[in-house]
Amino acid sequence: MKVLVPVKRVIDYNVKVRVKADGSGVDLANVKMSMNPFDEIAVEQAIRLKEAGKVDEIIAVSIGVKQSQETLRTALAMGADRAILIEATSDVHNDIEPLSVAKLLKAVVDEEQPQLVLCGKQAIDNDMNATGQMLSALLGWSQATYASELDVDGDAAVVTREVDGGLQTIKIKMPAVITVDLRLNEPRYASLPNIMKAKKKPMDEKIPSDLGVDITPRLTVVSTSEPAERAAGVKVSSVAELITKLKDEAGVI
Amino acid sequence: MAVLLLAEIVGGEISIDQTGKALSAVKKLGDVTLLCASNDCSSAATAASKLEGIKNILCADSSLLQNGLAEPTADLIVSLAADYDHIAAPATSNAKNILPRVAALLDAMVITDVTGIIDAETFERPIYAGNAIQTVKSSDAKKVISIRTAGFDAALETGSATVETISATENPNLSEWVEDKVQTSDRPELTSAEIVVSGGRGVGSEESFAIIETLADKLNAAVGASRAAVDSGYAPNDWQVGQTGKVVAPSLYIACGISGAIQHLAGMKDSKIIVAINKDEEAPIFQVADYGLVADLFDAVPELSDAL
Repeated sequence: MKVLVPVKRVIDYNVKVRVKADGSGVDLANVKMSMNPFDEIAVEQAIRLKEAGKVDEIIAVSIGVKQSQETLRTALAMGADRAILIEATSDVHNDIEPLSVAKLLKAVVDEEQPQLVLCGKQAIDNDMNATGQMLSALLGWSQATYASELDVDGDAAVVTREVDGGLQTIKIKMPAVITVDLRLNEPRYASLPNIMKAKKKPMDEKIPSDLGVDITPRLTVVSTSEPAERAAGVKVSSVAELITKLKDEAGVI
Repeated sequence: MAVLLLAEIVGGEISIDQTGKALSAVKKLGDVTLLCASNDCSSAATAASKLEGIKNILCADSSLLQNGLAEPTADLIVSLAADYDHIAAPATSNAKNILPRVAALLDAMVITDVTGIIDAETFERPIYAGNAIQTVKSSDAKKVISIRTAGFDAALETGSATVETISATENPNLSEWVEDKVQTSDRPELTSAEIVVSGGRGVGSEESFAIIETLADKLNAAVGASRAAVDSGYAPNDWQVGQTGKVVAPSLYIACGISGAIQHLAGMKDSKIIVAINKDEEAPIFQVADYGLVADLFDAVPELSDAL
């Protein structure tokens, strides 16, 4: 079985994002970028499936700026077999919409014929939480989102999903799109020898028109603003004072 | 303009809170038709009929739609979509599973976690876990949106909408429901709780988390944890509040032994009142706290529990 794993280059989750003064977006100049944390979990899961003998080949795909090569190299160093870069923009501030990403991924799926697409449940930049579901819809495949346990067995997969009230287990037919949540696994660090080896693994480069996909956005960003600042609080000196404040001033207990 | 609103139904029961708040958000867009789609949801439809501001209710009570399976539920919504300009739902894990699928089938770009509706095509939503707010304008013929309900008012329950029974669409045979394991705890659910008590690395051990839980139970609160606490094994992963965990916005958030890393703040800074208890007075959590208590949590938290 072949597995496709889409990975996105995003601001590192430890970096404090800053809104640009002109309200046109978030400042991405000279900011540390990393693989979307949820996508790392997807890559790790694909590798574990390969180690368990259930997967023969892992293809990592990234859609965005040329620098997404670095993200793909990380996936290759972790253990993906080869990579496809779809250079969809030259502007780091241009986020490709999930609908366009899903269409591009569908075109890759049509070419590569994987049985499984494993992706992160959402990217921590646009927080859309949409690409996996949209891809599944376009392919007419089954979907399982927010996976915290996953058992792929031949024509079916049993997936435990993180839902608001707890966990839900569903059985889905393959081929399928599965999006992964935090608890599924703990991603490995790439070892130095594997980082060196990854430099020699194949990476294809394409552009959206190669795949016949129109990526004109449907949403126009009107503005990007800072969230409302919290007013400065006060320090209380004792538990008793805290309770008084919470009861009488804030009225929350 | 007409809106199709997907009711939040879990285990045959409607969440009046989530559904009603989403209704409050979308009713200015036009006449709202509420869709109840699940197995055993007839009583949910009856319960929903008293929500004020609904034009009518469509009830698809079918085992095919068992517990919100995405594929048949999305097919059903798409089959109804012709009559509506907006398709909306509260941004629950259920709707977040289904709506992007609906949008893709309608060739529209879904707009998730909407916190503000400017007009029929312009919406506000948080990005970067709430560290920035983006206003987007959609050019799609049909808008598919999920509503983050925390900022919207509850709906009045004085209505009497009529319920019409409809059938589910054909079975796509892609998935089947196996089981739901709902938390056995009597505590409220983390993302919708009125009060959340969270512990961080400062709690020090899994055993010590009991003092956080005791305080939470005194306040009928949900229990949260920072990523540091989860990574150290003090608390289970599904308690994690933060950018990569759950985003919460309760009326009261009590952070105990949490330093206030950026990624934690991203998950709780929209709380109405934030209390920080930390022995390090330089901890960044105090910069967002309404009330800060510089104290050892092992003294202050039990004292607080006892005093309540």
